[in-house]
Amino acid sequence: MTQFQEKATVTRRELLSSDNVRLTFQSAKIASAAEPGQFVMIRVGAGKDPLLRRPFSIHQATAEGTLQIYFKVVGRGTAMLAGIREGDEVSILGPLGRGFQLTDSPVCLVGGGLGIAPMLFLATRLGERRSGQIHGRVLLGGRTRMEVEPLLGDFEQTGFPVLVATDDGSFGQRGFVTAIFSTLDLPPDCTVYCCGPEPMMASMAVLSRERHLHCQVSVESAMACGMGACLGCSRTARNGEYVHVCLDGPVFDAEDMAWTF
Amino acid sequence: MDLLNPTPPHPDLRVSIGPLSLANPVMTASGTFGYAQEFETLMNLRRLGAIIVKGISLHPRAGNPPPRIVESACGMLNAIGLQNVGVQRFIEEKLPYLGGLGVPIIVNILGDSIDEYREITERLAESSVVSAIEVNISCPNVKKGGVAFGSDPLMAAAVTGVVKEKAAVPVIVKLSPNVTDVTLIARAVAEAGADAVSLINTLIGMAIDLKRRRPALANVFGGLSGPAIKPVALRMVYQVAKSVQIPVIGIGGIESAEDALEFMLAGATAVQIGTANFVNPRASEDVVDGIGAYVIEEGLTSIREMIGALEIC
Repeated sequence: MTQFQEKATVTRRELLSSDNVRLTFQSAKIASAAEPGQFVMIRVGAGKDPLLRRPFSIHQATAEGTLQIYFKVVGRGTAMLAGIREGDEVSILGPLGRGFQLTDSPVCLVGGGLGIAPMLFLATRLGERRSGQIHGRVLLGGRTRMEVEPLLGDFEQTGFPVLVATDDGSFGQRGFVTAIFSTLDLPPDCTVYCCGPEPMMASMAVLSRERHLHCQVSVESAMACGMGACLGCSRTARNGEYVHVCLDGPVFDAEDMAWTF
Repeated sequence: MDLLNPTPPHPDLRVSIGPLSLANPVMTASGTFGYAQEFETLMNLRRLGAIIVKGISLHPRAGNPPPRIVESACGMLNAIGLQNVGVQRFIEEKLPYLGGLGVPIIVNILGDSIDEYREITERLAESSVVSAIEVNISCPNVKKGGVAFGSDPLMAAAVTGVVKEKAAVPVIVKLSPNVTDVTLIARAVAEAGADAVSLINTLIGMAIDLKRRRPALANVFGGLSGPAIKPVALRMVYQVAKSVQIPVIGIGGIESAEDALEFMLAGATAVQIGTANFVNPRASEDVVDGIGAYVIEEGLTSIREMIGALEIC
C-alpha cells in the first residue's frame, strides 16, 4: 500500500455549524489512492507545538484529487485547523489504515455525530457500484439539527435513502439512530457499516449480532504516527490481544473488538 | 589514502562508530521507526547512515494497556511497554528485508535480566545482517527488584560486559537520562568495553487528565520525547563526550539538520532521529540532505570537523 506525504492546498472551508468544519483540499496523490474508511494525518501548524499530526477519517475523495475532512473543534489542534484559510497549504500524510470492505449485497450505513464523516465517502463508492439499483439505507444521527442537516444533501446524492435521528428531535426522529436501526427490516445478507461514539458502536455491535448481520465499525484512537511505527494506538480486541487502530484498523469487524460500554 | 575508496565522497559525511563505518551520521532512533519497512514508500531508506530497529526482547511482548501516548508541550509522552515480536520472529520475519537495504542495521535489545541480554546477543550473533547492537539499559531488572540497569553503574557495566562478550559486532549502550550523574554510567559502560554510547533515552514524565481526574497514560508514567527534551539532551551529550573516549551518539528532539549539527558540536559523532519520524516520515533523510548542504556551504573538508568543535570562551 503506497502512502504519500503531500503539501495540499485548502480549496474550500465550510463552517457547517458553530463548531463543525469541513475542509476541502487539492491533494492529488492521496485523494486518488484513498479508499473509504481510510484516514489521513494532518499537520495543523508549522511549529513544534502542537507537535503531532492529527488523524482524520476521509470524508470524501475523488480521482480528480479532491480530498475532504469533516471535524468538530474539540481542542487546540482542531481549533488551529479550523482557522485555516482557503489557499493555505498543509502537510497531509495518507491514505492510511485499512478501510471498509465493500460489498455488492444490501447495506446499512450508520453514522453518529462526527462518525458521519467517513460515511459519505463510503456511500459514494457503494452507490457507484450499484449504478441505479440501490439496496441500502443511510442512517445519520446527531445531537441537533445542525449536526446532520448541512450534510443531508450530499448523502442524498449518493442515491441511498437517508433516515435521520437527533437527540433533541430538532431534525428527523427524536432519539438515537440505533433506535431507527432496530425498527428496520433488513435482509439477512445485509452488511452494516458503523462509525460514531463508542457507546453507539457498542450498541450497534450487539444489535447486529442479535440479527446475525455482519457489522464493520470504524474506531478512533490517539496516535502519533498513523503508520505503525509508534505502536501508540493500541486497543483491546475481544481475544484480549492488542490491535493497532492505524494498521489493523481503523475499520474492524465489530465482533472482533472488546466493547467496554 | 584508502586504496579501495580513493576519492572521498562530496560532501564527505562519513563517520565511524568504533569499528563501524557509516556513510553519514544520521540514524533512526529505536522505537520510532518500526522495522523500517513502514517508511519505505515515504523516503529513501538507503540514504540513512544506519537504521536502528524497534527494541527486541528474548520473548515477544504485548506492551502496555492503552492509552499509551499523550501529547505534551513541544513533545509527547509514551508508555508503549516495549511491545515487540521477540528475537525469533525478528530474525525470521524482519531481518531478511532489512538485510536487502544495503544500510547498516543496528538492533536495539532489551531484557529483564543479564541472562536475557546474553541470550538475545547470542541469537543475533548468528546473523550477518546485524552491523551493531544497541543495548537498552533503561528496563527494570526483574531479578533485582525492578531497579533499572541504566541507573546503577555496576549493573550497567555488567550488562555491557555480557553483551560485549557474546556480540560479534560493535556494541552501543543507550543511556537513560533519569540518573543523577549520567557521566558515571557512561564511564562504567566504557570501561566495560562498550564501543559507543547513545543518549538520551526518554525522560520519565507524567500527564494528568483533569476532566477525568486520572493519569493520561494507563501506565501513569511515560517517557517524554520530542523538541521539549533537546536542551537536556544537548547538555548530557556535551558532558558525556567530555568524560569518555568512545564515540557518543546524540539523541533527543532532533528534527532538523541544525539540531543534528548542534549535537555534533557538543561532541556527538552521530545522531539519531526519533519523535520527528512521527511528524515527518522523511525527517531523517531531510537531515542527511541538510548536513550535506551545510558541509558544502561552510567549505568543510568533512562533517567530522564538526564533532566536538564547540567553542567555549
